[in-house]
Amino acid sequence: MAADPVDGTLALPEAPTRPAAGARGRRLPLLPIGIIATFIVVAALAPLLSPASPYEQSLRHRFTPPAWEDGGAWAHPLGTDRLGRDMLARIMYGARVSLAAGVLTVLLASAFGAAVGLVAGYYGGRVDAVLMRMTDATMSFPVILLALILAVTVGPSFFNVVLAIAVILWARYARVIRGEVLTLMELDFIAQARIAGAGAGRIITRHLAPNTLNTLVVLVTLQIGYVIIVEASLSFLGAGIPPPTPAWGSMIAEGRDFVTSAWWVSLLPGLAILLVVLAFNLLGDWLRDTLDPKLRQL
Amino acid sequence: MASPVVDVQDLRTHIVTRWGTIKAVDGVSFSVAAGETLGLVGESGSGKSMTCLSLVRLVPRPAARIVGGRVLLDGEDLLAKSEEEMQQIRGRKVGMILQDPMSSLNPVFSVGMQLREPVAMYHHLRGRALTVRAAELLAAVRIPSPAARLRAFPHQLSGGMRQRVVGAMAIAAPPRLLIADEPTTSLDLTIQAQYLGLLKELQERHRLAMIFVTHDLGIVARICDRVAVMYGGRIVEIGPVRAIFKSPAHPYTRALLEAIPRLGARRERLTTIEGQPPDLAKLPAGCAFAPRCAHAVDRCRVEAPGDTMLGPGHATRCWLHVPA
Amino acid sequence: MSPPDPLLEVENLTKHFPVRRGLLGWTPQLVRAVDAISFTLEAGSTLGVVGESGCGKTTTSRMILGLERPTSGAIRFEGRDVLTLDREGMRYYRRSVQAVFQDPYASLDPRMRVSTIVAEPLVINTALDAAARSRRVAELLDLVGLPERAATLFPHEFSGGQRQRIAIARALALEPKLVVLDEPVSALDVSIRAQILNLLADLQKRLGVSYLFIAHDLAAVAHMSRAIAVMYLGQIVEWGDADAVALEPRHPYTKALFTAALPVDVDAPRPEVAVSGEVPSPLAPPSGCRFHTRCPFVMPHCATQEPALRMAGDRLVACHLY
Repeated sequence: MAADPVDGTLALPEAPTRPAAGARGRRLPLLPIGIIATFIVVAALAPLLSPASPYEQSLRHRFTPPAWEDGGAWAHPLGTDRLGRDMLARIMYGARVSLAAGVLTVLLASAFGAAVGLVAGYYGGRVDAVLMRMTDATMSFPVILLALILAVTVGPSFFNVVLAIAVILWARYARVIRGEVLTLMELDFIAQARIAGAGAGRIITRHLAPNTLNTLVVLVTLQIGYVIIVEASLSFLGAGIPPPTPAWGSMIAEGRDFVTSAWWVSLLPGLAILLVVLAFNLLGDWLRDTLDPKLRQL
Repeated sequence: MASPVVDVQDLRTHIVTRWGTIKAVDGVSFSVAAGETLGLVGESGSGKSMTCLSLVRLVPRPAARIVGGRVLLDGEDLLAKSEEEMQQIRGRKVGMILQDPMSSLNPVFSVGMQLREPVAMYHHLRGRALTVRAAELLAAVRIPSPAARLRAFPHQLSGGMRQRVVGAMAIAAPPRLLIADEPTTSLDLTIQAQYLGLLKELQERHRLAMIFVTHDLGIVARICDRVAVMYGGRIVEIGPVRAIFKSPAHPYTRALLEAIPRLGARRERLTTIEGQPPDLAKLPAGCAFAPRCAHAVDRCRVEAPGDTMLGPGHATRCWLHVPA
Repeated sequence: MSPPDPLLEVENLTKHFPVRRGLLGWTPQLVRAVDAISFTLEAGSTLGVVGESGCGKTTTSRMILGLERPTSGAIRFEGRDVLTLDREGMRYYRRSVQAVFQDPYASLDPRMRVSTIVAEPLVINTALDAAARSRRVAELLDLVGLPERAATLFPHEFSGGQRQRIAIARALALEPKLVVLDEPVSALDVSIRAQILNLLADLQKRLGVSYLFIAHDLAAVAHMSRAIAVMYLGQIVEWGDADAVALEPRHPYTKALFTAALPVDVDAPRPEVAVSGEVPSPLAPPSGCRFHTRCPFVMPHCATQEPALRMAGDRLVACHLY
């Protein structure tokens, strides 16, 4: 039952869209990945890696400078804060808070936001209008204010921070994913799925969602940095993770009055934030550049 | 015999990509006289659009580069000119009409503003005289109520109207050569017929040399005097339309003509061309069409054929026609 | 013995789209995309539908495919009214009517392998297990002339013509009785078009499937179809045997279309039936005969009286000339 060989298309073209692996324009961004991996490992294994406990106070050793400065000692490589607690240990444990907050918040927000975007884009009409009004309203609410309100009314905690941010952040995902879905809906393969008898569930999960994955991954990566900064800001303002849990933001706040004398108390946590956020942003940029062109393959 | 308006000699354009160097235009030569229309026919990837871009040196840089040949416009080699000189030539001496009128027209400016720009540049007119001339151009492309239409925006016009506006801009100078790259592909059939008639009229009025790029042999039969068939970046056959349609020499030309369904000649099966269009980054040695040619002999796969004259102005590149 | 029911029968099918104009949407207007058209399609044959933009052929095909609900009128498949089918009936209809669309680059999900794409109708509509589906996919790929290993690849690894073959394979998965072909070869190179048209003709001979062939390439439509319907601004203006309509068009619009079709024969005498002006907007179609504003043979009463589609010799024509 083979087609007439005269029509011969039996030879597939050599895949013109698969260049040699090494010849690819972009290679893995090793530096950002390295930084992120390092922080993840440090955060996960903090109890094992940390030279000291982040909670142990020693008023005799307060404000010890980092080891390379005059008066510093390798017992406290990055110095101590105003209560004599080891800075390196606090930064390591602080990484746990920041990364956990970043990842958890973004996962929650993206899951919910993407779902809203998919449903709104697919159904259109009233459903879309209602969902988008909700999204717009949410987007216009300031995150910091909400977190402060929560901190004042319910009391500051890790989960309040995650919740406060996620509850507003999802709107961004909803908007972006809905935009993607609207473009996808114009394409014939969605109509074909309907003609084959697929219902809303199948189209959304098997056809729309996988094709929005690229955009989602890029957005998630870029947003982790943003969330870390927001969390640090909240902690700085005292509305975030409550002491004595080390959080980079509150560490910066604690060193605020001593910036000229004991600069390391504020600066070092600030550097940590800078490194992590920069790394996530670079990774996100690279992902967008590598993944997006493939979308155009449609 | 008057010298041709445009004389292209052995034009070569290469595009460097990460998959290799694409020989998009591989030794293309042709000439077009005033008042004559040359059809440039080929499928996607044949190099016809890149040839046109090469003529006016608008190839997408830095990947694409014109690497050889001469393009003589009224005797002057365009490839030897500086970019400033080319800017004077584009539009003034060579007009272009492209396939998608929506991207040729700026959506945020009215038709009038877009027409005034070239007219002001070429004719040094201002104010009232400028507006009058712009309206005259619209009338020349048979747009009804031209004065009123000057205020319209591109999205308020239909596809056919937009292409007419693009046509008006292209002949504003008027140029010596008009290059039309698939201008009717996005238009309805009846609108297409009107548009082709308009182009012919403009050509007669201004004695334009015209290069008409298309994949549609029906259009070629209607408005072209001569036709060049391109395959794999090369011209495989060139000559008067009548001669080529009545007795196509090159196997690809023959196959193209036979692959088209004909009204009234109901055949059981359409004749097909085996295989796929060539990968321009990996052209085989020898004739580019050999892998798909039903009449290929060993020599075809090894050596690329040169031009063989078959009659006045009719040449082909095929070993089958080289007298043994 | 009375002739069998046509496979597909469309009666006074109408689709109007409400459109809101004006600042605050006060003035709802109607786009009369399809206005009371009727035609039939016999089993195992091809009905070609031609017309330019705005004529309603795409909307008609979407209604037949169940992607749009008609405003009024009936669609009857094998004698049964499609619009009043119960769930079981709808499932049967879905299996029996499939489609191949124009853009080979948009009709296949780029994230799915070919095997998943072609098997999807089977997954949704049948109880076949994975092995059986796999066999059927291999059968279908073979039917359209693609090698077996194509099943493991992704769409972007194929050329336009090959993607259309995949789309055809998918359309045939459920053994449909009718396949709607909406400009199936317009986006392909000329040399590939012939391959695909031949394939479609072969499949019709082998499987007995019917086609609704919508295209603007008149010669291709005439080549593939047994009957042709010509549409203009939502109505059918001429309908009859393909060869007759193509070689001897009666309606002035059909004449203009077929002479504009630019035959490839340099010697063919070209009776110029020039049509002036642009296609009117479907928001405000001309009164009387919708074509009268552009018709070279217009008569006074064409502007006031709408001609009915009636027999004129061997076919149906909607024109006061007949």
